[in-house]
Amino acid sequence: MHGMTLAGIARALKAREFSSEELVRHLLARIERLDGELNSFITVTGEAALEAARAADAARGADAAPLAGVPIAHKDIFCTAGVKTSCGSRMLDNFVSPYDATVVERLRAAGTIMLGKTNMDEFAMGSSNETSFYGPVHNPWDLSRVPGGSSGGSAAAVAARLVPAATGTDTGGSIRQPAALAGITGIKPTYGRVSRYGMIAFASSLDQAGVLTLTAEDAALLLTAMSGHDPRDSTSVDAPVPDYAAGLGASLEGLRIGLVEEFMDEGLDPANARAIEVALKVLEGLGAVIRRVSLPSIGLSVPTYYVVAPAECSSNLSRFDGVRFGYRAAEPRDLEDLYKRSRGEGFGAEVKRRIMTGTYVLSAGYYDAYYLKAQRVRQLIAADFRRAFEEVDVIVGPTSPTPAFGLGAKVDDPVTMYLNDIYTIGVNLAGLPGLSAPCGFVDGLPVGLQIVGRAFDEGRILNVAHRFQQETDWHARAPGGAFA
Amino acid sequence: MKLSRHEVESIAHLARLEISAAEIPVYVDNLSRIIDFVQQLDGADTEGVAPMAHPLNMTQPLREDRVTEADAHELYQRNARAVEAGLYLVPRVIE
Repeated sequence: MHGMTLAGIARALKAREFSSEELVRHLLARIERLDGELNSFITVTGEAALEAARAADAARGADAAPLAGVPIAHKDIFCTAGVKTSCGSRMLDNFVSPYDATVVERLRAAGTIMLGKTNMDEFAMGSSNETSFYGPVHNPWDLSRVPGGSSGGSAAAVAARLVPAATGTDTGGSIRQPAALAGITGIKPTYGRVSRYGMIAFASSLDQAGVLTLTAEDAALLLTAMSGHDPRDSTSVDAPVPDYAAGLGASLEGLRIGLVEEFMDEGLDPANARAIEVALKVLEGLGAVIRRVSLPSIGLSVPTYYVVAPAECSSNLSRFDGVRFGYRAAEPRDLEDLYKRSRGEGFGAEVKRRIMTGTYVLSAGYYDAYYLKAQRVRQLIAADFRRAFEEVDVIVGPTSPTPAFGLGAKVDDPVTMYLNDIYTIGVNLAGLPGLSAPCGFVDGLPVGLQIVGRAFDEGRILNVAHRFQQETDWHARAPGGAFA
Repeated sequence: MKLSRHEVESIAHLARLEISAAEIPVYVDNLSRIIDFVQQLDGADTEGVAPMAHPLNMTQPLREDRVTEADAHELYQRNARAVEAGLYLVPRVIE
């Protein structure tokens, strides 16, 4: 049963080929057996999942919800009522959420069953899942390597076929980069497409929820269920949500695809570049027209991000004060000592580094030079995308400069780690939808093709990935060994 | 640009983060490298470009000012370490 797509599982459950309870038991046994090596889950909610599966089986009928009885996992950044929601941090190790995130609520309403909460970089700050308080996640393709981050637990769990799909969040590449490094599909929708209510905030003008799945079709199914306006998130956009799955299969004849020339430079692993070129040939074979596009300011996206994101993070994370919830230092001398030690002891090194960077760039005398300057450059980057989209319908390039790197390889130098997101960050700065789909292997490790669309054009990029997946089998390849 | 030890201590205070003496040189080094890196932005020509306020240039919606949430302080305070009579306890502020 493991290894089946979400769409396949939904069909099999409907046809009563197996029950939801059988499937959930099978996957829980796999998690029990295999996750010791991966560390992809922080919390497994086995009992609740079995109970929900039995209820789904009992209620199964013609009017069952589309994803009734289908198991998924949630990144531990989404609040889940009555279940620990840690955000990968010691700060929230003791936090039991009093309410559900809108994403959690909507996916449950669509019939899905939560198997547990996945590991992640602390407060989603990282590109390797090594900043988690709960320890690093290992890549099922090579346990000595990272799965990417920050949604590394979701990526590893789906790639290892412990769960058919998982939610993620993407502030600078945190869905697309781990999807690429783990050989699966991941989509970050347009800013405002999915509600951020109950999704623990990192950088509010960039954060967006999405999914990590085995196929573009599965991503379309989940995205349809979780998208849409939510009055509880003031940045959620009030626009109709298409049935993304129903829109799949359209011809790519005449589709104009722009390859970003700035991304195909010496920074990209040559074997990875060849995989992208081969993928483009496949799309060309489907009738698409490939041309080169230029995003002249894209080179400034990483420095822009490392001003904007830490600034917003330093503000968002000021709520963790040791008083109302979260970690509280023992025996504080006075109120200031309570604040400082609760935060100093509760946050890990990368989170503190970003809070400090953000505090610095927002401090008196530096605000104009750093923060306002970065928000101006951000306009230039968004304008580059707008101009390119006058000539092409979708923009493509690599997702990550290299395949999965070794655990510990980049932890000592924050800037080197930050540059890992060089191809993904611009998309967040411009608020656009982007996805990563598997497009080949380099030295036995998966690499991804990134497909970026105009705002609210998720349907089109999902269809490009879907048509690509109908012609190729990269997405169907699974890690072997113990994970087979 | 190299940040001074004093600057790093002052940032840590503004951020209300306890940083040990041993960690200070690490932050001096890390933050200096990050600031050096982001200073590339100085070279960008942004003459006449307004700072971005929203990635899709949307404005914040407003709603009617009325109560939409029921009181749930008991539920929320279950996550607090120290609560008494519905109040959060902190070290004495006024002697």
